[in-house]
Amino acid sequence: MTAGECFGILGPNGAGKTSTIRMVYGFSPLTAGTLKVFGMDVGREHRAIKARVGVCQQENNLDPDLTVLLNLVVFARYYNIPLPEARRRSLELLKFMSLDHRENSRAADLSGGMVRRIVMARALLNRPELLILDEPTTGLDPQSRHLVWERLEELRSKGLTILLTTHYMEEASHLCDRLIILDKGRLLVEGKPAELVRRHVGRHVLEVAEPAAGLLEFLSQRSVPYENFGHRLIVYVEDGSELYRQISEQRCGGVCTMRMATLEDVFLRLTGRELRE
Amino acid sequence: MRIYPPLSRRFIRVWQRNLTVYRQSWQVSFIPPLLEPFFYLLAFGLGLSGLVGNIRYGGEEISYVRFIAPALIAITIMNSAFFENTYGSFVRMYYQKTFDAMMATPLTVEEIITGEIIWGATKAVIATVIMMAVISGFGLIRYPSGLLLIPLAFLGGLAFGAAGMFCTAIVPTIELFNLPVFLFITPMFLFGGTFFPVENLPSGAQWIAELLLLTHLVDLARACATNRIDASLLYSLGYLAAFTAGVFPLALIKMRRRLIK
Repeated sequence: MTAGECFGILGPNGAGKTSTIRMVYGFSPLTAGTLKVFGMDVGREHRAIKARVGVCQQENNLDPDLTVLLNLVVFARYYNIPLPEARRRSLELLKFMSLDHRENSRAADLSGGMVRRIVMARALLNRPELLILDEPTTGLDPQSRHLVWERLEELRSKGLTILLTTHYMEEASHLCDRLIILDKGRLLVEGKPAELVRRHVGRHVLEVAEPAAGLLEFLSQRSVPYENFGHRLIVYVEDGSELYRQISEQRCGGVCTMRMATLEDVFLRLTGRELRE
Repeated sequence: MRIYPPLSRRFIRVWQRNLTVYRQSWQVSFIPPLLEPFFYLLAFGLGLSGLVGNIRYGGEEISYVRFIAPALIAITIMNSAFFENTYGSFVRMYYQKTFDAMMATPLTVEEIITGEIIWGATKAVIATVIMMAVISGFGLIRYPSGLLLIPLAFLGGLAFGAAGMFCTAIVPTIELFNLPVFLFITPMFLFGGTFFPVENLPSGAQWIAELLLLTHLVDLARACATNRIDASLLYSLGYLAAFTAGVFPLALIKMRRRLIK
């Protein structure tokens, strides 16, 4: 990762996303190799690294018995931030996360979206140089999710380096300058989101419901890549308008749609469609 | 993955966190140590002492309530620390994921667990001070030697807190704490020289009772409360200290294995 970029780790369940970032903040031991953060070895200089990193874990692990403000102030103490400064930063961050009206609520009484934003505010208390987010918007309502995205973009524009994992391709293409896709602990691809789409899928995707009998042959002759699901066919093509006309007029028994290729297409093409549980 | 030093003064931050949470609901936590000695002293003082009469302790006859009052404090020290570092710590570790959040900060596992055990000992001290106030109201503690109960509560709290934390590191689910409570705490509550002298047991059982941690804590508490401090207590003090010195690092090692994975 380079300073100032937003780097994404994508992958199906069990790919090793969380394990990777747990190693970065010292929660999991390395099995092999070396890992350096800010040029320091994670094995030896953990405390120094963690002082400069902010972590937003998957679980919403606020102290349920404490108020929102106390949650932050108590957390700031772990970094040895003096009390007046801790209070100042906490209030500032609550405002940044649009939560300044809830500072005296008990954490247990808040909605999931609010809790998530507090966890994010908490990860920023030590003014980190690197912010690590493990599935920051999983389970959030659309409004909260967009607020989180907006704030992350704002932080990135101020030069904060961000490392995030996500299951949402929309989120990754929206936020990440660069990303990798992992599967079963292996690195599949790496690159800019738009580049990956172009490289692995093309520009357009045709979804054909109830494909007619000769369609597969028709596509194979023109060596157009496709995925066949019986009643549904997905065709990947650089410029789909001509092909779309041909298919929808003659070779489709149901509905044929054309859309822009997305990161989700890349992801599903590379990691397959079977369930990962 | 080791940080040197793994244990710095930063463990105080963990202790402070628990204190902050405690202060949100201290009124509730005050009630048990306030009422418990009342109940016991009424039940045993009014109900049982007529049957028992006086007890020979340290070559002198003392009343039965005077005999059990310091044991009530020792039991409270045991329970406060042990339950805080079993059920309390387990909830923080497993359900609230408080330790996970702490581990993303410069705190180490060793500091988190040390802060927790010292908090357990602190709760033992708080409960002891409240109980001392009540029991002194009945005139059952001699001063100034009785003041030694406070540092004793801290040492005993460390010993039982470390033992509790060791259990927390190894139990898979919270229900399984029933096991150490039943096998470790209850026998000590009954046979640790609490409600009758250890010498009343048959000689084989006496030997086992002498191994119980609480027996030594009760001996020390009784000596402080009745102003009978002498060199023979050094053995009990050493026993308590040695137990703590052995189990405390063991709890740290087991907890590191449980949390870092």
